[in-house]
Amino acid sequence: MDFHAFLVAPFADYAFMQRALLGGLLIAVSAGPIGVFLMLRRMSLTGDAMAHAILPGAALGFLIFGLDLIPMTLGGLIAGALVAAGAGLVARLTVQKEDAAMAAFYLISLALGVMIVSLRGSSVDLMHVLFGSVLALTQESLLMIAGIAAVSLTTLAIIWRALVAECLDPGFLRSVSGWGPVVHFAFLALVVLNLVAGFQALGTLLSVGLMILPAAAARFWVRRVLSLCLLAIGIGAGSVLIGLLISFHAAIASGPAVILAAGAVYFASLLIAPRGLVRVHLPSKRHKVA
Amino acid sequence: MAHTHSSPTCLRFEDLTLGYGPHPAVHGLSGTVQHGDLLAIIGPNGSGKSTLLKGIVGSLSPMAGTCVHTDGCRVAYLPQQADIDKSFPATVFDLVKLGLWPKRGLLGRMTRSDRESIAKALAAVGLDRFEKRTIDTLSGGQLQRALFARVLLQDADLILLDEPFNAIDTKTVDDLVRVIEQWHAENRSVIAVMHDLDLVRDHFPQTMLLSREPIAWGPTDEVLQADNLLKARRFHAAWDDDAPWCADHDHTHAHDHGQAA
Repeated sequence: MDFHAFLVAPFADYAFMQRALLGGLLIAVSAGPIGVFLMLRRMSLTGDAMAHAILPGAALGFLIFGLDLIPMTLGGLIAGALVAAGAGLVARLTVQKEDAAMAAFYLISLALGVMIVSLRGSSVDLMHVLFGSVLALTQESLLMIAGIAAVSLTTLAIIWRALVAECLDPGFLRSVSGWGPVVHFAFLALVVLNLVAGFQALGTLLSVGLMILPAAAARFWVRRVLSLCLLAIGIGAGSVLIGLLISFHAAIASGPAVILAAGAVYFASLLIAPRGLVRVHLPSKRHKVA
Repeated sequence: MAHTHSSPTCLRFEDLTLGYGPHPAVHGLSGTVQHGDLLAIIGPNGSGKSTLLKGIVGSLSPMAGTCVHTDGCRVAYLPQQADIDKSFPATVFDLVKLGLWPKRGLLGRMTRSDRESIAKALAAVGLDRFEKRTIDTLSGGQLQRALFARVLLQDADLILLDEPFNAIDTKTVDDLVRVIEQWHAENRSVIAVMHDLDLVRDHFPQTMLLSREPIAWGPTDEVLQADNLLKARRFHAAWDDDAPWCADHDHTHAHDHGQAA
Protein backbone atom coordinates (compact mmCIF):
# COMPACT_ATOMS: atom_id res chain seq x y z
CA MET A 1 0.00 0.00 0.00
CA ASP A 2 1.50 3.32 -0.98
CA PHE A 3 1.68 6.45 1.11
CA HIS A 4 -1.19 8.21 -0.62
CA ALA A 5 -3.58 5.29 -0.36
CA PHE A 6 -2.73 4.83 3.30
CA LEU A 7 -2.66 8.36 4.60
CA VAL A 8 -4.53 10.67 2.27
CA ALA A 9 -7.13 8.69 0.36
CA PRO A 10 -9.35 7.74 3.32
CA PHE A 11 -9.83 11.39 4.20
CA ALA A 12 -9.94 12.64 0.60
CA ASP A 13 -12.49 10.08 -0.52
CA TYR A 14 -14.86 9.81 2.40
CA ALA A 15 -16.74 12.71 3.97
CA PHE A 16 -17.42 10.73 7.16
CA MET A 17 -13.66 10.30 7.61
CA GLN A 18 -13.13 14.04 7.17
CA ARG A 19 -15.75 14.79 9.79
CA ALA A 20 -14.28 12.16 12.11
CA LEU A 21 -10.82 13.68 11.72
CA LEU A 22 -12.00 17.23 12.28
CA GLY A 23 -14.11 16.25 15.28
CA GLY A 24 -11.30 14.21 16.79
CA LEU A 25 -8.75 16.97 16.33
CA LEU A 26 -11.06 19.53 17.92
CA ILE A 27 -11.57 17.25 20.92
CA ALA A 28 -7.81 16.67 21.21
CA VAL A 29 -7.10 20.41 21.18
CA SER A 30 -9.80 21.16 23.70
CA ALA A 31 -9.40 18.23 26.08
CA GLY A 32 -5.58 18.01 26.15
CA PRO A 33 -4.95 21.02 28.43
CA ILE A 34 -7.89 20.00 30.65
CA GLY A 35 -6.23 16.62 31.09
CA VAL A 36 -2.93 18.28 32.01
CA PHE A 37 -4.56 20.20 34.84
CA LEU A 38 -6.53 17.13 35.98
CA MET A 39 -3.24 15.26 36.18
CA LEU A 40 -1.38 18.07 37.95
CA ARG A 41 -4.19 18.37 40.49
CA ARG A 42 -4.05 14.60 41.08
CA MET A 43 -7.59 14.36 39.74
CA SER A 44 -6.90 12.05 36.79
CA LEU A 45 -9.45 9.55 38.04
CA THR A 46 -11.96 12.34 38.55
CA GLY A 47 -12.11 12.57 34.75
CA ASP A 48 -13.16 8.93 34.65
CA ALA A 49 -15.69 9.41 37.43
CA MET A 50 -17.20 12.39 35.62
CA ALA A 51 -17.36 10.39 32.39
CA HIS A 52 -19.57 7.88 34.20
CA ALA A 53 -21.53 10.64 35.86
CA ILE A 54 -22.83 12.13 32.63
CA LEU A 55 -24.44 8.84 31.64
CA PRO A 56 -27.92 9.20 33.22
CA GLY A 57 -28.41 12.64 31.67
CA ALA A 58 -27.43 11.41 28.23
CA ALA A 59 -29.53 8.31 28.74
CA LEU A 60 -32.57 10.29 29.83
CA GLY A 61 -32.28 12.50 26.75
CA PHE A 62 -31.94 9.33 24.69
CA LEU A 63 -34.95 7.70 26.37
CA ILE A 64 -37.22 10.65 25.68
CA PHE A 65 -35.95 11.94 22.35
CA GLY A 66 -34.14 8.95 20.86
CA LEU A 67 -30.69 9.17 19.37
CA ASP A 68 -30.75 12.96 19.08
CA LEU A 69 -27.68 15.01 19.83
CA ILE A 70 -29.06 18.10 21.54
CA PRO A 71 -31.14 16.48 24.31
CA MET A 72 -28.46 13.88 25.00
CA THR A 73 -25.80 16.55 25.23
CA LEU A 74 -27.84 18.82 27.45
CA GLY A 75 -28.80 15.88 29.65
CA GLY A 76 -25.18 14.84 30.01
CA LEU A 77 -24.17 18.38 30.80
CA ILE A 78 -26.78 18.70 33.53
CA ALA A 79 -26.00 15.32 35.10
CA GLY A 80 -22.27 16.05 35.05
CA ALA A 81 -22.72 19.50 36.53
CA LEU A 82 -24.94 18.10 39.29
CA VAL A 83 -22.40 15.45 40.27
CA ALA A 84 -19.45 17.89 40.12
CA ALA A 85 -21.26 20.55 42.11
CA GLY A 86 -22.66 18.01 44.57
CA ALA A 87 -19.28 16.43 45.26
CA GLY A 88 -17.58 19.83 45.47
CA LEU A 89 -20.15 21.15 47.93
CA VAL A 90 -20.05 18.07 50.14
CA ALA A 91 -16.25 18.40 50.26
CA ARG A 92 -16.44 22.08 51.21
CA LEU A 93 -19.29 21.84 53.71
CA THR A 94 -18.56 18.56 55.51
CA VAL A 95 -15.60 16.53 56.76
CA GLN A 96 -15.77 14.27 53.69
CA LYS A 97 -13.01 14.74 51.12
CA GLU A 98 -13.85 15.40 47.50
CA ASP A 99 -12.65 12.02 46.20
CA ALA A 100 -15.01 10.07 48.45
CA ALA A 101 -17.95 12.39 47.72
CA MET A 102 -17.19 12.20 44.00
CA ALA A 103 -17.10 8.40 44.10
CA ALA A 104 -20.45 8.26 45.92
CA PHE A 105 -22.13 10.67 43.53
CA TYR A 106 -20.82 9.15 40.31
CA LEU A 107 -21.70 5.59 41.34
CA ILE A 108 -25.27 6.62 42.04
CA SER A 109 -25.32 8.52 38.77
CA LEU A 110 -23.91 5.59 36.80
CA ALA A 111 -26.43 3.13 38.23
CA LEU A 112 -29.23 5.54 37.40
CA GLY A 113 -27.93 5.83 33.87
CA VAL A 114 -27.71 2.10 33.26
CA MET A 115 -31.21 1.69 34.68
CA ILE A 116 -32.59 4.38 32.41
CA VAL A 117 -30.98 2.85 29.34
CA SER A 118 -32.30 -0.59 30.29
CA LEU A 119 -35.83 0.83 30.39
CA ARG A 120 -35.49 1.21 26.67
CA GLY A 121 -34.58 -2.44 26.38
CA SER A 122 -31.91 -2.79 23.71
CA SER A 123 -28.28 -3.34 24.61
CA VAL A 124 -27.18 -1.95 21.24
CA ASP A 125 -28.41 1.46 22.41
CA LEU A 126 -26.40 1.18 25.61
CA MET A 127 -23.32 0.33 23.58
CA HIS A 128 -23.83 3.45 21.55
CA VAL A 129 -24.11 5.70 24.57
CA LEU A 130 -21.14 4.07 26.24
CA PHE A 131 -18.83 3.90 23.26
CA GLY A 132 -20.14 6.38 20.69
CA SER A 133 -18.98 6.43 17.09
CA VAL A 134 -16.59 8.97 15.69
CA LEU A 135 -17.47 7.80 12.19
CA ALA A 136 -21.09 8.85 12.67
CA LEU A 137 -20.39 12.50 13.47
CA THR A 138 -22.86 14.83 11.79
CA GLN A 139 -22.43 18.44 10.73
CA GLU A 140 -24.51 19.40 13.74
CA SER A 141 -22.34 17.55 16.23
CA LEU A 142 -19.18 18.97 14.64
CA LEU A 143 -20.51 22.47 15.19
CA MET A 144 -21.25 21.63 18.80
CA ILE A 145 -17.76 20.20 19.35
CA ALA A 146 -16.21 23.30 17.77
CA GLY A 147 -18.31 25.54 20.02
CA ILE A 148 -17.32 23.60 23.12
CA ALA A 149 -13.65 23.71 22.13
CA ALA A 150 -13.82 27.49 21.70
CA VAL A 151 -15.56 27.99 25.06
CA SER A 152 -13.14 25.62 26.78
CA LEU A 153 -9.94 27.19 25.45
CA THR A 154 -11.18 30.74 26.10
CA THR A 155 -12.24 29.96 29.65
CA LEU A 156 -8.96 28.21 30.32
CA ALA A 157 -7.01 31.23 29.08
CA ILE A 158 -9.00 33.51 31.37
CA ILE A 159 -8.69 31.42 34.53
CA TRP A 160 -5.14 30.19 33.77
CA ARG A 161 -3.31 32.24 36.40
CA ALA A 162 -5.77 31.40 39.15
CA LEU A 163 -5.83 27.73 38.15
CA VAL A 164 -2.04 27.52 38.32
CA ALA A 165 -2.09 29.28 41.70
CA GLU A 166 -4.84 26.95 42.95
CA CYS A 167 -2.73 23.92 41.95
CA LEU A 168 0.58 25.27 43.21
CA ASP A 169 -0.42 26.86 46.50
CA PRO A 170 -4.16 26.88 47.24
CA GLY A 171 -3.62 28.35 50.71
CA PHE A 172 -1.88 31.35 49.21
CA LEU A 173 -4.65 31.95 46.68
CA ARG A 174 -7.16 31.82 49.54
CA SER A 175 -5.16 34.43 51.44
CA VAL A 176 -5.07 36.93 48.58
CA SER A 177 -8.36 36.39 46.75
CA GLY A 178 -11.65 34.56 46.66
CA TRP A 179 -10.92 32.98 43.28
CA GLY A 180 -10.07 29.50 44.62
CA PRO A 181 -13.56 27.95 44.75
CA VAL A 182 -14.69 29.83 41.62
CA VAL A 183 -11.79 28.45 39.64
CA HIS A 184 -12.27 24.95 41.01
CA PHE A 185 -15.90 24.80 39.92
CA ALA A 186 -15.21 26.50 36.59
CA PHE A 187 -12.56 23.88 35.94
CA LEU A 188 -14.91 21.01 36.83
CA ALA A 189 -17.45 22.55 34.45
CA LEU A 190 -14.82 22.49 31.70
CA VAL A 191 -14.15 18.82 32.44
CA VAL A 192 -17.84 18.01 32.04
CA LEU A 193 -18.11 20.14 28.92
CA ASN A 194 -15.19 18.38 27.25
CA LEU A 195 -16.47 14.94 28.17
CA VAL A 196 -19.83 15.83 26.66
CA ALA A 197 -18.08 17.08 23.53
CA GLY A 198 -16.31 13.75 23.26
CA PHE A 199 -19.11 11.37 24.07
CA GLN A 200 -20.88 11.57 20.70
CA ALA A 201 -17.60 10.63 19.04
CA LEU A 202 -16.02 8.31 21.57
CA GLY A 203 -18.81 7.50 24.01
CA THR A 204 -18.97 8.41 27.67
CA LEU A 205 -16.39 5.84 28.71
CA LEU A 206 -13.67 6.55 26.17
CA SER A 207 -13.96 10.32 25.88
CA VAL A 208 -11.88 10.64 29.03
CA GLY A 209 -9.06 8.81 27.21
CA LEU A 210 -8.24 11.73 24.93
CA MET A 211 -8.12 13.88 28.03
CA ILE A 212 -5.85 11.87 30.30
CA LEU A 213 -3.56 9.72 28.13
CA PRO A 214 -1.91 12.56 26.15
CA ALA A 215 -1.36 14.53 29.37
CA ALA A 216 0.11 11.53 31.17
CA ALA A 217 2.41 10.82 28.21
CA ALA A 218 3.52 14.46 27.93
CA ARG A 219 4.60 14.47 31.60
CA PHE A 220 7.52 12.19 30.68
CA TRP A 221 8.85 14.65 28.12
CA VAL A 222 8.53 18.23 29.35
CA ARG A 223 8.41 20.20 32.60
CA ARG A 224 6.59 23.47 32.06
CA VAL A 225 2.81 23.69 32.30
CA LEU A 226 2.38 25.41 28.94
CA SER A 227 4.69 22.91 27.21
CA LEU A 228 2.71 20.08 28.80
CA CYS A 229 -0.53 21.49 27.40
CA LEU A 230 0.89 21.96 23.89
CA LEU A 231 2.50 18.54 23.81
CA ALA A 232 -0.68 16.91 25.11
CA ILE A 233 -2.60 18.56 22.29
CA GLY A 234 -0.03 17.28 19.79
CA ILE A 235 -0.12 13.74 21.16
CA GLY A 236 -3.91 13.77 21.20
CA ALA A 237 -4.09 15.01 17.61
CA GLY A 238 -1.56 12.42 16.46
CA SER A 239 -3.50 9.67 18.20
CA VAL A 240 -6.72 10.74 16.48
CA LEU A 241 -5.04 10.61 13.08
CA ILE A 242 -3.32 7.26 13.61
CA GLY A 243 -6.33 5.73 15.35
CA LEU A 244 -8.70 6.70 12.56
CA LEU A 245 -6.36 5.36 9.88
CA ILE A 246 -5.93 2.04 11.64
CA SER A 247 -9.64 1.82 12.26
CA PHE A 248 -10.29 2.51 8.56
CA HIS A 249 -7.76 0.10 7.11
CA ALA A 250 -8.21 -2.71 9.61
CA ALA A 251 -11.97 -2.23 9.90
CA ILE A 252 -11.97 -2.04 13.69
CA ALA A 253 -13.99 0.18 16.01
CA SER A 254 -12.78 3.78 15.74
CA GLY A 255 -13.16 4.93 19.37
CA PRO A 256 -10.98 2.24 20.91
CA ALA A 257 -8.49 2.57 18.03
CA VAL A 258 -7.97 6.28 18.80
CA ILE A 259 -7.60 5.69 22.52
CA LEU A 260 -5.28 2.73 21.99
CA ALA A 261 -3.11 4.89 19.72
CA ALA A 262 -2.85 7.37 22.60
CA GLY A 263 -2.10 4.42 24.88
CA ALA A 264 0.74 3.34 22.59
CA VAL A 265 2.22 6.86 22.76
CA TYR A 266 1.91 6.69 26.54
CA PHE A 267 3.84 3.41 26.74
CA ALA A 268 6.48 4.62 24.31
CA SER A 269 6.93 7.81 26.37
CA LEU A 270 7.05 5.82 29.59
CA LEU A 271 9.97 3.89 28.15
CA ILE A 272 12.08 6.25 26.09
CA ALA A 273 11.24 9.83 27.16
CA PRO A 274 13.86 11.89 29.05
CA ARG A 275 11.93 11.36 32.27
CA GLY A 276 10.85 7.83 31.37
CA LEU A 277 11.88 4.50 32.90
CA VAL A 278 15.05 3.86 30.95
CA ARG A 279 16.81 7.19 31.27
CA VAL A 280 15.84 7.81 34.87
CA HIS A 281 17.13 4.42 35.98
CA LEU A 282 20.17 4.29 33.76
CA PRO A 283 23.16 4.70 36.08
CA SER A 284 24.65 8.10 35.29
CA LYS A 285 28.40 8.06 34.86
CA ARG A 286 29.15 11.72 35.33
CA HIS A 287 28.13 14.47 37.67
CA LYS A 288 29.13 18.09 38.06
CA VAL A 289 30.92 19.44 41.10
CA ALA A 290 28.14 21.96 41.82
CA MET B 1 8.75 52.57 50.42
CA ALA B 2 7.27 54.84 53.06
CA HIS B 3 3.79 53.92 54.15
CA THR B 4 1.63 56.70 55.52
CA HIS B 5 -1.63 56.04 57.28
CA SER B 6 -4.32 58.28 58.65
CA SER B 7 -4.69 56.23 61.83
CA PRO B 8 -1.80 54.84 63.85
CA THR B 9 -3.73 51.64 64.59
CA CYS B 10 -3.31 48.77 62.18
CA LEU B 11 -5.14 45.99 64.00
CA ARG B 12 -7.54 45.96 66.92
CA PHE B 13 -8.64 42.98 69.02
CA GLU B 14 -11.65 43.34 71.25
CA ASP B 15 -12.25 40.46 73.62
CA LEU B 16 -11.35 38.18 70.73
CA THR B 17 -12.05 34.47 71.23
CA LEU B 18 -11.09 31.96 68.55
CA GLY B 19 -11.28 28.20 68.63
CA TYR B 20 -12.60 24.92 67.39
CA GLY B 21 -16.02 23.55 68.34
CA PRO B 22 -16.92 24.85 71.82
CA HIS B 23 -13.27 25.06 72.92
CA PRO B 24 -11.39 28.33 72.69
CA ALA B 25 -7.77 28.29 71.55
CA VAL B 26 -7.37 32.04 72.03
CA HIS B 27 -9.52 33.49 74.79
CA GLY B 28 -10.46 37.05 75.59
CA LEU B 29 -7.69 38.91 73.77
CA SER B 30 -7.90 42.71 73.64
CA GLY B 31 -5.40 45.26 72.41
CA THR B 32 -4.07 47.04 69.36
CA VAL B 33 -1.19 46.67 66.95
CA GLN B 34 0.14 49.96 65.58
CA HIS B 35 1.48 50.55 62.10
CA GLY B 36 5.16 49.71 62.05
CA ASP B 37 5.02 47.43 65.09
CA LEU B 38 7.33 44.43 65.08
CA LEU B 39 5.61 41.96 67.35
CA ALA B 40 6.68 38.45 68.36
CA ILE B 41 4.03 36.02 69.57
CA ILE B 42 5.45 33.40 71.91
CA GLY B 43 3.95 30.67 74.05
CA PRO B 44 3.98 26.90 74.46
CA ASN B 45 2.71 24.51 71.77
CA GLY B 46 -1.06 24.56 71.53
CA SER B 47 -1.32 27.97 73.16
CA GLY B 48 -3.23 29.54 70.27
CA LYS B 49 -0.45 31.35 68.37
CA SER B 50 -1.23 29.96 64.93
CA THR B 51 -4.95 30.18 65.64
CA LEU B 52 -4.56 33.89 66.33
CA LEU B 53 -2.86 34.43 62.96
CA LYS B 54 -5.68 32.49 61.24
CA GLY B 55 -8.14 34.76 62.99
CA ILE B 56 -6.29 37.85 61.76
CA VAL B 57 -6.24 36.67 58.11
CA GLY B 58 -9.89 35.74 58.46
CA SER B 59 -9.67 32.04 57.66
CA LEU B 60 -11.16 31.41 61.12
CA SER B 61 -14.16 33.41 62.33
CA PRO B 62 -14.26 34.62 65.94
CA MET B 63 -16.42 32.69 68.41
CA ALA B 64 -16.81 35.96 70.28
CA GLY B 65 -15.36 39.44 70.17
CA THR B 66 -13.84 41.07 67.11
CA CYS B 67 -10.62 41.40 65.21
CA VAL B 68 -10.54 44.27 62.73
CA HIS B 69 -7.81 45.75 60.63
CA THR B 70 -8.01 49.23 59.19
CA ASP B 71 -9.57 49.69 55.76
CA GLY B 72 -7.29 49.07 52.82
CA CYS B 73 -4.71 47.31 54.97
CA ARG B 74 -3.05 44.69 52.78
CA VAL B 75 -2.21 41.50 54.64
CA ALA B 76 0.42 38.92 53.71
CA TYR B 77 0.34 35.59 55.52
CA LEU B 78 3.03 32.92 55.57
CA PRO B 79 1.57 29.86 57.31
CA GLN B 80 3.59 27.35 59.32
CA GLN B 81 3.18 24.71 56.66
CA ALA B 82 2.41 26.35 53.34
CA ASP B 83 0.30 23.85 51.38
CA ILE B 84 2.58 24.06 48.38
CA ASP B 85 2.47 21.17 45.94
CA LYS B 86 6.19 20.67 45.41
CA SER B 87 5.58 18.20 42.58
CA PHE B 88 3.81 20.86 40.53
CA PRO B 89 6.04 21.79 37.57
CA ALA B 90 6.86 25.33 38.66
CA THR B 91 10.13 27.23 38.96
CA VAL B 92 11.22 29.48 41.81
CA PHE B 93 10.29 32.37 39.53
CA ASP B 94 6.73 31.01 39.11
CA LEU B 95 6.32 30.56 42.85
CA VAL B 96 7.59 34.02 43.74
CA LYS B 97 5.56 35.56 40.90
CA LEU B 98 2.37 34.61 42.78
CA GLY B 99 3.24 37.49 45.11
CA LEU B 100 2.21 39.90 42.36
CA TRP B 101 -1.40 38.78 42.75
CA PRO B 102 -2.52 41.76 44.89
CA LYS B 103 -1.10 44.06 42.21
CA ARG B 104 -1.96 42.24 38.99
CA GLY B 105 -4.90 40.01 39.92
CA LEU B 106 -6.29 37.45 37.49
CA LEU B 107 -5.71 39.16 34.17
CA GLY B 108 -3.30 42.06 34.71
CA ARG B 109 -0.25 41.91 32.46
CA MET B 110 3.13 41.36 33.97
CA THR B 111 5.39 44.26 33.07
CA ARG B 112 9.13 44.54 32.77
CA SER B 113 9.24 46.36 36.11
CA ASP B 114 7.43 43.35 37.63
CA ARG B 115 10.23 41.12 36.37
CA GLU B 116 12.74 43.48 37.88
CA SER B 117 10.99 43.49 41.23
CA ILE B 118 10.94 39.68 41.20
CA ALA B 119 14.67 39.65 40.53
CA LYS B 120 15.19 42.19 43.31
CA ALA B 121 13.11 40.18 45.77
CA LEU B 122 15.07 37.02 44.97
CA ALA B 123 18.34 38.88 45.46
CA ALA B 124 17.09 40.27 48.78
CA VAL B 125 16.56 36.75 50.16
CA GLY B 126 19.83 35.43 48.73
CA LEU B 127 18.27 33.43 45.88
CA ASP B 128 19.72 35.22 42.87
CA ARG B 129 20.41 32.75 40.04
CA PHE B 130 17.68 30.45 41.40
CA GLU B 131 14.94 31.74 39.05
CA LYS B 132 14.89 28.67 36.84
CA ARG B 133 15.28 26.05 39.54
CA THR B 134 12.19 23.85 39.82
CA ILE B 135 10.63 23.94 43.26
CA ASP B 136 10.94 20.18 43.80
CA THR B 137 14.74 20.64 44.00
CA LEU B 138 14.66 23.25 46.79
CA SER B 139 15.75 22.53 50.34
CA GLY B 140 13.55 23.59 53.24
CA GLY B 141 15.60 26.72 53.85
CA GLN B 142 15.66 27.68 50.17
CA LEU B 143 11.90 27.24 49.95
CA GLN B 144 11.46 29.48 52.98
CA ARG B 145 13.70 32.10 51.33
CA ALA B 146 11.54 31.92 48.20
CA LEU B 147 8.39 32.35 50.27
CA PHE B 148 9.90 35.42 51.94
CA ALA B 149 10.60 36.80 48.46
CA ARG B 150 6.94 36.24 47.63
CA VAL B 151 5.87 38.14 50.75
CA LEU B 152 8.26 40.95 49.69
CA LEU B 153 6.43 41.21 46.36
CA GLN B 154 3.03 41.32 48.04
CA ASP B 155 3.99 44.75 49.34
CA ALA B 156 1.71 44.28 52.35
CA ASP B 157 1.05 46.66 55.24
CA LEU B 158 0.61 43.82 57.73
CA ILE B 159 2.83 40.75 57.47
CA LEU B 160 2.02 37.58 59.42
CA LEU B 161 4.71 34.92 59.78
CA ASP B 162 3.94 31.61 61.50
CA GLU B 163 7.13 30.07 62.92
CA PRO B 164 9.20 31.30 59.98
CA PHE B 165 12.46 29.87 61.32
CA ASN B 166 11.49 26.27 62.01
CA ALA B 167 14.24 23.88 60.91
CA ILE B 168 16.16 26.72 59.26
CA ASP B 169 19.94 27.07 59.58
CA THR B 170 21.52 30.11 61.26
CA LYS B 171 22.80 31.65 58.02
CA THR B 172 19.30 31.60 56.55
CA VAL B 173 17.81 32.91 59.80
CA ASP B 174 20.29 35.82 59.75
CA ASP B 175 19.40 36.67 56.14
CA LEU B 176 15.66 36.47 56.72
CA VAL B 177 15.80 38.45 59.97
CA ARG B 178 17.45 41.18 57.94
CA VAL B 179 14.47 41.12 55.57
CA ILE B 180 12.10 41.43 58.55
CA GLU B 181 14.07 44.38 59.91
CA GLN B 182 13.86 46.02 56.49
CA TRP B 183 10.06 45.64 56.61
CA HIS B 184 10.13 47.19 60.08
CA ALA B 185 12.20 50.10 58.76
CA GLU B 186 9.61 50.62 56.00
CA ASN B 187 6.93 51.06 58.69
CA ARG B 188 5.16 47.83 57.81
CA SER B 189 3.64 45.90 60.73
CA VAL B 190 5.09 42.44 61.25
CA ILE B 191 3.66 39.79 63.57
CA ALA B 192 5.72 36.62 63.87
CA VAL B 193 5.12 33.48 65.88
CA MET B 194 8.48 32.64 67.42
CA HIS B 195 10.08 30.01 69.64
CA ASP B 196 13.68 31.20 69.87
CA LEU B 197 13.63 33.70 72.75
CA ASP B 198 17.16 34.95 71.96
CA LEU B 199 16.01 35.97 68.49
CA VAL B 200 12.98 37.65 70.03
CA ARG B 201 15.15 39.58 72.52
CA ASP B 202 17.55 40.70 69.82
CA HIS B 203 15.15 41.71 67.08
CA PHE B 204 11.56 42.16 68.27
CA PRO B 205 10.71 45.34 70.23
CA GLN B 206 7.22 44.03 71.17
CA THR B 207 6.20 40.59 72.42
CA MET B 208 2.91 38.90 73.24
CA LEU B 209 3.04 35.88 75.53
CA LEU B 210 0.03 33.68 74.91
CA SER B 211 -1.29 30.58 76.59
CA ARG B 212 -4.89 30.62 75.44
CA GLU B 213 -5.32 33.78 77.53
CA PRO B 214 -2.84 36.58 76.90
CA ILE B 215 -0.36 36.44 79.80
CA ALA B 216 1.59 39.54 78.87
CA TRP B 217 1.83 41.91 75.91
CA GLY B 218 4.20 44.84 75.72
CA PRO B 219 7.89 45.74 75.39
CA THR B 220 9.87 42.53 74.99
CA ASP B 221 12.06 43.06 78.11
CA GLU B 222 9.01 43.38 80.34
CA VAL B 223 7.17 40.42 78.82
CA LEU B 224 10.13 38.02 79.01
CA GLN B 225 10.23 38.15 82.83
CA ALA B 226 10.68 34.92 84.75
CA ASP B 227 7.25 35.03 86.40
CA ASN B 228 5.48 35.46 83.07
CA LEU B 229 7.42 32.61 81.48
CA LEU B 230 6.65 30.40 84.47
CA LYS B 231 2.93 31.12 84.11
CA ALA B 232 3.08 30.15 80.45
CA ARG B 233 5.00 26.99 81.30
CA ARG B 234 2.22 25.83 83.64
CA PHE B 235 -0.28 26.08 80.80
CA HIS B 236 -2.04 22.86 79.92
CA ALA B 237 -3.29 22.71 76.36
CA ALA B 238 -5.75 19.84 76.74
CA TRP B 239 -9.41 20.63 76.26
CA ASP B 240 -11.63 20.07 79.23
CA ASP B 241 -15.07 18.77 78.30
CA ASP B 242 -16.31 19.46 81.80
CA ALA B 243 -15.18 23.08 81.73
CA PRO B 244 -17.98 25.46 82.64
CA TRP B 245 -19.48 27.75 80.02
CA CYS B 246 -17.70 31.06 79.91
CA ALA B 247 -19.73 34.04 81.10
CA ASP B 248 -17.11 36.43 82.37
CA HIS B 249 -17.47 39.18 79.82
CA ASP B 250 -20.53 41.29 79.25
CA HIS B 251 -20.89 41.72 75.52
CA THR B 252 -23.81 40.85 73.32
CA HIS B 253 -22.31 37.82 71.59
CA ALA B 254 -23.61 34.35 72.30
CA HIS B 255 -21.56 32.68 75.01
CA ASP B 256 -21.30 29.30 73.39
CA HIS B 257 -17.66 28.55 74.02
CA GLY B 258 -16.43 26.49 76.94
CA GLN B 259 -13.59 27.63 79.11
CA ALA B 260 -11.02 24.99 79.94
CA ALA B 261 -10.09 25.10 83.58
